[in-house]
Amino acid sequence: MKIEEKQTQSEQVNTNPPEKGQPPKQAKMRASSPWRDSLRQLRRNRFALAGIFIIVFFIAVALLAPLITSYSYDKIDPVNRLQPPSGEHWFGTDDIGRDIFTRIAYGARISLQVGFFAVTGALVFGTLLGIIAGYYGRWIDMIISRIFDILLAFPSILLAIAIVAILGSSLENALIAIAIVNIPIFGRLIRSKVVSLREEEFIMAARAQGMKNGRIIIHHILPNSVAPIIVQATLSFGTAILEAAALGFLGLGAQPPTPEWGAMLAGSRDFIQLAPWTLIFPGVSIMLVVLGFNLVGDGLRDALDPKMKN
Amino acid sequence: MPNEVLKIEDLHTHFFTDQGEIPAVDGVSLTVHKGEVVGVVGESGCGKSVTSLSIMQLIPSPPGKIVGGSIHFKGEDLLSVSKKRIKEIRGNEISMIFQEPMTSLDPLFTIGNQLREAIRIHQKVTKKQANERSIEMLKLVGIPRAEAVMNEYPHQLSGGMRQRVMIAIAMSCDPEILIADEPTTALDVTIQAQILDLMKKLNQEKETAILMITHDLGVVAEICDRVIVMYAGQVVEEGTTREILKDPKHPYTKGLIRSIPKLHEKDQQLYSIPGTVPKPKMGNVGCRFNDRCEYAHDRCFAETPELFSIINNRYSRCFLLDDSEGKVVTDAEANIRS
Repeated sequence: MKIEEKQTQSEQVNTNPPEKGQPPKQAKMRASSPWRDSLRQLRRNRFALAGIFIIVFFIAVALLAPLITSYSYDKIDPVNRLQPPSGEHWFGTDDIGRDIFTRIAYGARISLQVGFFAVTGALVFGTLLGIIAGYYGRWIDMIISRIFDILLAFPSILLAIAIVAILGSSLENALIAIAIVNIPIFGRLIRSKVVSLREEEFIMAARAQGMKNGRIIIHHILPNSVAPIIVQATLSFGTAILEAAALGFLGLGAQPPTPEWGAMLAGSRDFIQLAPWTLIFPGVSIMLVVLGFNLVGDGLRDALDPKMKN
Repeated sequence: MPNEVLKIEDLHTHFFTDQGEIPAVDGVSLTVHKGEVVGVVGESGCGKSVTSLSIMQLIPSPPGKIVGGSIHFKGEDLLSVSKKRIKEIRGNEISMIFQEPMTSLDPLFTIGNQLREAIRIHQKVTKKQANERSIEMLKLVGIPRAEAVMNEYPHQLSGGMRQRVMIAIAMSCDPEILIADEPTTALDVTIQAQILDLMKKLNQEKETAILMITHDLGVVAEICDRVIVMYAGQVVEEGTTREILKDPKHPYTKGLIRSIPKLHEKDQQLYSIPGTVPKPKMGNVGCRFNDRCEYAHDRCFAETPELFSIINNRYSRCFLLDDSEGKVVTDAEANIRS
């Protein structure tokens, strides 16, 4: 491994003779940048690769939904209700004759979107609050941390239900609820990272160089906290999808005829013995996507953790 | 003197903890002149680092707080200027390097990145100019293949190299004074000598004053013009390096010098001062060193000694040097007086 690194290094030195004013982009591409090392680590992890494959597959399905199926996700066809999987309907049809494969494909759009926006919202607000609490400390830390504690004291699904109950049942409100539930998870993570970073000598050195707080946060604290943020975001992506499905199942998320996977499960639970495919396919889809994100999340954690380097 | 760069007077920095108020720095006064190298020596926990952080106003607050005294930098009172002004001074006019070169650089950025950043905080220059200045600084601190090092990450450099980079960053804005908090403690002896040589060279070429915080009298002998010995938050002795090393007045300084291993005296147990540094606490009466001092007498427990002036700029906080007392004049003292 070391020899390999040295070789790539010497190769680079040979191909790029040291010139003045090299653009910083080139510097980032160098063989031993911390990010490059992590990427290499990730590529060696088969489980993570499998996870990436699953996620990419579902993203492709979501994007190409209109191309891979000729049915409409909400077209009712009473004649062909509860058909088992066949060449005509790959995953069968549900109780009012809608094509399940089509609904899963369009449902992938919804699940991925919910995951993306809920995680982004939680990440932005959680990181912001976590950095403020961790960096400035004192009373502001006290207030923010206690709010996090209170939010975390609720079972997350119960809190999401409560928020949706206040805002009203809809996919958007479910998304907001999931984002709120995840804010303290990000916030606490970032806060603890920032608290430990603040004690690092290079932060002290940055202050001794006369750097302003804002600059220290953006240029040194944030880049050094990115690793746990990425890992948590990936893992939360899976949980957010699961939570959205749970809310959908309870009828608090997406409303019919939206092909949300959780709502699909709820709509078909009466036919579990008569037409198990109506439950199996949405269920398996949820499981696969969540699994994919968990595998990638674990892989990223290993790749980004310097202690796991071999 | 007109060319005083840094003048600390009666500085008190206290820490407010659950165990009560701790006077980590208790009435320290010191002066650094232009182009001078001043050493601050003492055991760990005697307030050296807190003094240096107080100058930069980097005392973690809470629990720390500067409760009294003044710090003048070229006539400007650092304790009363705005936060904005302090940030202008930090890194630009007063620079600092730390003990641990291994962790003083941000692991995620290249050396060049960090040097350029340090330069561009205080100087309005283009990226290109900052880049040229960075390479120039790396060459100045004796880093071979400076251009290549610009694109390397801290983990690719050795400890000595990193400390050189830290010095390059600290010197990049031509500061008036460089505060070095145990800059060579984490390095092995040969590298230590190289770093000290480098600092001496920069001191002579650029006329940068250096405040060298250290516990190593070897470092002091190597580089310092003047020495301040600290004990339990107070200055106990002050003088030129030669005076302190050849003729220490305070029993603590004597003990420190006695505990340096000597090359020619084999088969002897290394001397160490009995006991440990007392925890600083409020309302202490008596000499802080009284319980470890072999010369301690009744007065040392009843009164707190002041800093007695011996001759020009030579001070010691010991009743043995109080002229009003019928004091014991040691042989060495008799020599210097005559």
